[in-house]
Amino acid sequence: MSAAMLSLDSLLASPVSMEEMRAKLEGGGCSSSACGSSAKPDDVPQAVWDKIKDHPCYSEEAHHYFARMHVAVAPACNIQCNYCNRKYDCANESRPGVVSEKLTPDQAMRKVITVANEVPQLSVLGIAGPGDSCYDWKKSKATFEAVAREIPDIKLCLSTNGLALPDHVDEIADMNVDHVTVTINMVDPEVGTRIYPWIFHNHRRYTGYEAARILHERQMLSLEMLRDRGILVKVNSVMIPGINDDHLVEVNAWVKERGVFLHNIMPLISAAEHGTHFGLTGQRGPTAMELKALQDKLDGGAKLMRHCRQCRADAVGLLGEDRGQEFTLDQLPEEVAYDPAKRVAYREVVAHERGDHVAKKQEVETEIRALGVEGKLLVAVATKGGGRVNEHFGHAREFQVYEATPKGITFVGHRKVDTYCLGGFGEDATLDGVIAALEGVEVVLCSKIGDCPKDSLKAAGIRATDQYALEYIEAAIGALYAAEFGHAVTDRKLALSA
Amino acid sequence: MALKIIVSQCTVCGACEFECPNAAIRMKGDTYIIDPKKCTECLEQFDEPQCAAVCPVPNTCVPAN
Repeated sequence: MSAAMLSLDSLLASPVSMEEMRAKLEGGGCSSSACGSSAKPDDVPQAVWDKIKDHPCYSEEAHHYFARMHVAVAPACNIQCNYCNRKYDCANESRPGVVSEKLTPDQAMRKVITVANEVPQLSVLGIAGPGDSCYDWKKSKATFEAVAREIPDIKLCLSTNGLALPDHVDEIADMNVDHVTVTINMVDPEVGTRIYPWIFHNHRRYTGYEAARILHERQMLSLEMLRDRGILVKVNSVMIPGINDDHLVEVNAWVKERGVFLHNIMPLISAAEHGTHFGLTGQRGPTAMELKALQDKLDGGAKLMRHCRQCRADAVGLLGEDRGQEFTLDQLPEEVAYDPAKRVAYREVVAHERGDHVAKKQEVETEIRALGVEGKLLVAVATKGGGRVNEHFGHAREFQVYEATPKGITFVGHRKVDTYCLGGFGEDATLDGVIAALEGVEVVLCSKIGDCPKDSLKAAGIRATDQYALEYIEAAIGALYAAEFGHAVTDRKLALSA
Repeated sequence: MALKIIVSQCTVCGACEFECPNAAIRMKGDTYIIDPKKCTECLEQFDEPQCAAVCPVPNTCVPAN
């Protein structure tokens, strides 16, 4: 076990003291420069990598280390989607567009500074609803300007339906917003009529085919304008079975043609109690395996994002967690001053740790290819960040799912679960939910698991082990894969670091 | 001749406030209200009252009488 590994793990426990970070940084281990490796994947140009390397939503690798926060400052919207109910407001729901309090630009600035002072992983500020950031533009702009003045290095990011974006694209570029997400669910207005009942554009409400056609044209224009200004674009698509699931293959091709950096297929979240049109008409969302099948079909098209957590519009923290409730308006100090010390120290530690992780990942990939075996393995990992197998089975709120094949180990998605362990007692009802969520998974890796849940999982055909506790995820899966397919782990590189 | 907002249905998104060509809509307490003296129902300005056209909740910006 290396010193670098312990350092990041301790960082993820809060609160983090500056002294602790400094001490760990002195601790030695493999620094990225000493190893001669950087975290940059070979197929990503340097200029793009510089933009995404600290952005948890744009880089799967970064999402193990960096955190985002959303502020709900732009509640007005110019379209109606059948999966959205604008009246919805709840503190216990986690899905896009849901938020418990709306903020003014000034309140948002105080919130961002408070979070930056306490959450060293913070790298990105996003405006992601409810409402549309480009339609309710004055408030989005005032928020970004206020925050950028105080925290110049924070990445600004916005999410939009694209209808109003062409009107503000130059201001967006001028403010150094270098990441924009456009939600595009169709490239055929006929399909659009089943998703959008109306849009508001040029002072009037459009419905039916015309509404979907205008929206489609403005969305494509948005993609082209953003591309021409060098702004990285992610496209989010909501997968709606029976309405646009097959059609998303075409969407993927259109957005790829327009230089979109990442395509994120998100499953529709739908239930009657959400009060949405789809919820009330019984439209179902896709299963985890249906989603994966579509994503696999799109391999080779526009690059897919598979680590999206469909977070709340006021989420704070690493993608797999939400610390939003720690930073509600009533808990924010009246006067705030930004102190960059924690974020700076955290970045130094991460730079150190990250090189080590990537080097290990590459070694494992090479070894797996060299094994020359056939076989696939779907593995679920309990982690609390840092790219390690470091979460107890019973404490996991989600599992990250990886697929090991002869080509290597790839992150394919996550499965959300209700925490199994409540105050030390596991509950069988919850375990049934966990088992259902792990559909298709063969092995679960975690830092600790009791005999009882282990046996129940086994009965359901899922093996769980804490044998690889605290290892890098890829190293653990690599060793597991080698063992699984009958090869003794003789090569020292595949042998684990512990 | 004016519109009013049904407060119990309003989501307080504020779209009507900035679409109103007459600056007739403002926040009062926790809710938006329409000043009947300023509201023209957008007659001779647009094809339809802007607040009602943009409002996400049906039948929330309605004639006052």
